[in-house]
Amino acid sequence: MSTAGSDPLRKDSDRDPLRKEDGPAPSAGATVGEPVLTARPDTAEAFLAVRDLKIHFNTDDGLVRSVDGISFDLQRGRTLGIVGESGSGKSVTSLGIMGLHRTAKARISGEVWLDGEELIGADPDRVRRLRGMKMAMIFQDPLSAMHPYYTVGAQIVEACRVHQDVSKQVARKRAIEMLDRVGIPEPHQRVADYPHQFSGGMRQRAMIAMALVNNPELLIADEPTTALDVTVQAQILDLIRDLQKEFGSAVIMITHDLGVVAELADDLLVMYAGRCVERGTAEKVFTEPQHPYTWGLLGSMPRMDRERTERLNPVKGAPPSLINVPSGCAFHPRCPYVGLNGGSSETIVPELRETAAGHWSACHLGEQDRDRIWTEEIAPKL
Amino acid sequence: MPQEDVKIPQQSTAGAEPLLRVTGLVKHFPITKGMLRRQVGAVQAVDGIDLQVAAGQTLGVVGESGCGKSTMGRLITRLLEPTGGKIEFQGRDITHLSVGEMRPLRRDVQMIFQDPYSSLNPRHTIGTIVGAPFKLQKVATESGVKKEVQNLLELVGLNPEHYNRYPHEFSGGQRQRIGIARALALKPKLVVADEPVSALDVSIQAQVVNLLDDLQSELGLTYVIIAHDLSVIRHVSDRIAVMYLGKVVEVADREALYGQPMHPYTNALLSAVPVPDPKRRTARQRILLTGDVPSPINPPSGCRFHTRCWKATEVCSTQEPPLIALATGHEVACHHPENAPAKAQEKNAQGKGAENGPAIGNQPTDL
Repeated sequence: MSTAGSDPLRKDSDRDPLRKEDGPAPSAGATVGEPVLTARPDTAEAFLAVRDLKIHFNTDDGLVRSVDGISFDLQRGRTLGIVGESGSGKSVTSLGIMGLHRTAKARISGEVWLDGEELIGADPDRVRRLRGMKMAMIFQDPLSAMHPYYTVGAQIVEACRVHQDVSKQVARKRAIEMLDRVGIPEPHQRVADYPHQFSGGMRQRAMIAMALVNNPELLIADEPTTALDVTVQAQILDLIRDLQKEFGSAVIMITHDLGVVAELADDLLVMYAGRCVERGTAEKVFTEPQHPYTWGLLGSMPRMDRERTERLNPVKGAPPSLINVPSGCAFHPRCPYVGLNGGSSETIVPELRETAAGHWSACHLGEQDRDRIWTEEIAPKL
Repeated sequence: MPQEDVKIPQQSTAGAEPLLRVTGLVKHFPITKGMLRRQVGAVQAVDGIDLQVAAGQTLGVVGESGCGKSTMGRLITRLLEPTGGKIEFQGRDITHLSVGEMRPLRRDVQMIFQDPYSSLNPRHTIGTIVGAPFKLQKVATESGVKKEVQNLLELVGLNPEHYNRYPHEFSGGQRQRIGIARALALKPKLVVADEPVSALDVSIQAQVVNLLDDLQSELGLTYVIIAHDLSVIRHVSDRIAVMYLGKVVEVADREALYGQPMHPYTNALLSAVPVPDPKRRTARQRILLTGDVPSPINPPSGCRFHTRCWKATEVCSTQEPPLIALATGHEVACHHPENAPAKAQEKNAQGKGAENGPAIGNQPTDL
């Protein structure tokens, strides 16, 4: 009884700052044409549904709008790639889904539905039970994500026993199985090693083993291969793909490397300054990108699969500060096509519109202008 | 190549005196133990490499972490003392010059560092940082150091009015530009850039790559660019050296290296690069190397790659393959090279399907 009574209380105090944020947010969103998909997602359809997720941080310098209204769906067995430069809010989004932000510091609003269960307003204890069990995360830097004082085995055993009622022996056996599954040689011996005794690639494998020990249905990989060499990166990407096939989990792949998402992702979400600027199937976004920022990202990459171009075509300027996000379309100071919109870029936030079947883009460019620029100016240079 | 109007064509490397020539360069870092600091072993970071860089060219150096590419960069700029071998700059032996003797040469050899956060003194203004080379080298400038520094800042695309700002006021990409301005201050002949763009965001990376390119054609610079990103290296380099465990395993012109890689390791590296095209995903075949790079403290015998190589035979574990120069300007150190011209072809026809890996990852049409 008492726990049931205290729970909503705690929830309220935790959610208090959010409530304040909740109030003005929708109205502000309405005036700027915030993309509102459906108020209540059909949770039977999507395994993970994120609706208008906003994560803001109060700092001494002002309010940092790290994530400013992100919505997407993800099905079981599919992979969503989230790409963007540093500071675009991709990692903050993933930590938000996992419920890893300190509620005292972060103002979180919006909805995250995981298999029909809302997580943002949920009891932190409930989220803790789901975390590691139903949803798990692979972090970028395994050396700092693992505890240096405990053996790799002990850490996997802990992850297992927190969520499953199994004996130490069984959990240890399971840990060895997982290490074997992710390709660690001699798992019986290595299970007793400390993280520093593993090489970078093996540490990342051990991280994956730890994340998958409870067969999570949602796996979030935050820059899982950024710290690794290409040959090891290829091994890890193959491993993630195989494991996904085996377990049928939903995967969110966060990276700044378009090559990596092209290897794995079915769907793609391009983030800029805390917002989604383009979303669609990976094939659509790579072959017919619609947002000038996506064009810039593609133009920035030297490509091994094409003839070598004389010059790269990067986006000019640098990503904006998230405290003073530019008015209107946040990309407008760097966009070469601002002039084509009669000034609306500077004042009006572009709505995320479905421009083709399964392809959304948030840009003021008219369809004709966009197609002309893409076919005449951008595509030939890529 | 139409774009190489200012650069010296490849073929001349053999004839003309290269700007930089490295022969048998060795660097071993001793591992000591006990109170007497007795040497018990050595990290063989660089173990006998031969390289040449022609004036006006860009040499790209690629390899996995721990292969000794950064150590090599620091050796040729003489930030480290070589254990053995010879470094010649403009025909002059600089291998064991003292710090004082090196000083006049520092005008001609400069370095761009990887981390734009730790390579700039946070207590100095940009003006002091970029102006330091003039002061240290006692170079008199016509219009004063300040004017010169402002010109440099403009050259690398920074606002000259930011002369009095501190490094923390700049973004990563801007800091890297400051590092470049400092390296270019005394109009060096050779610039060694150690991972110049790997710490930067994709769009900023491309800006800095373009800047390095422009500066090269404007000032006639010679670059040695060290990077682990094979697509960046392909974009910036004329000639590329692939390193593995302290050795150069393959050197070739860009087109030849990416088109017909000969060393199995180069093939594996190229096939591992993710291609930003989801349609290719199913068609591609990767050569997956097993395991990790062996330790440079105790490198494998014979060919150092034989422990991970799918073509390895007995000779590989006993005999070290020398770096053989072919007529095409391609140099490779392998007993069983792939894509070899008919003459050098050995009985290596027992390809295991992995043979066609590189052709898929990097189609011949790329040439």
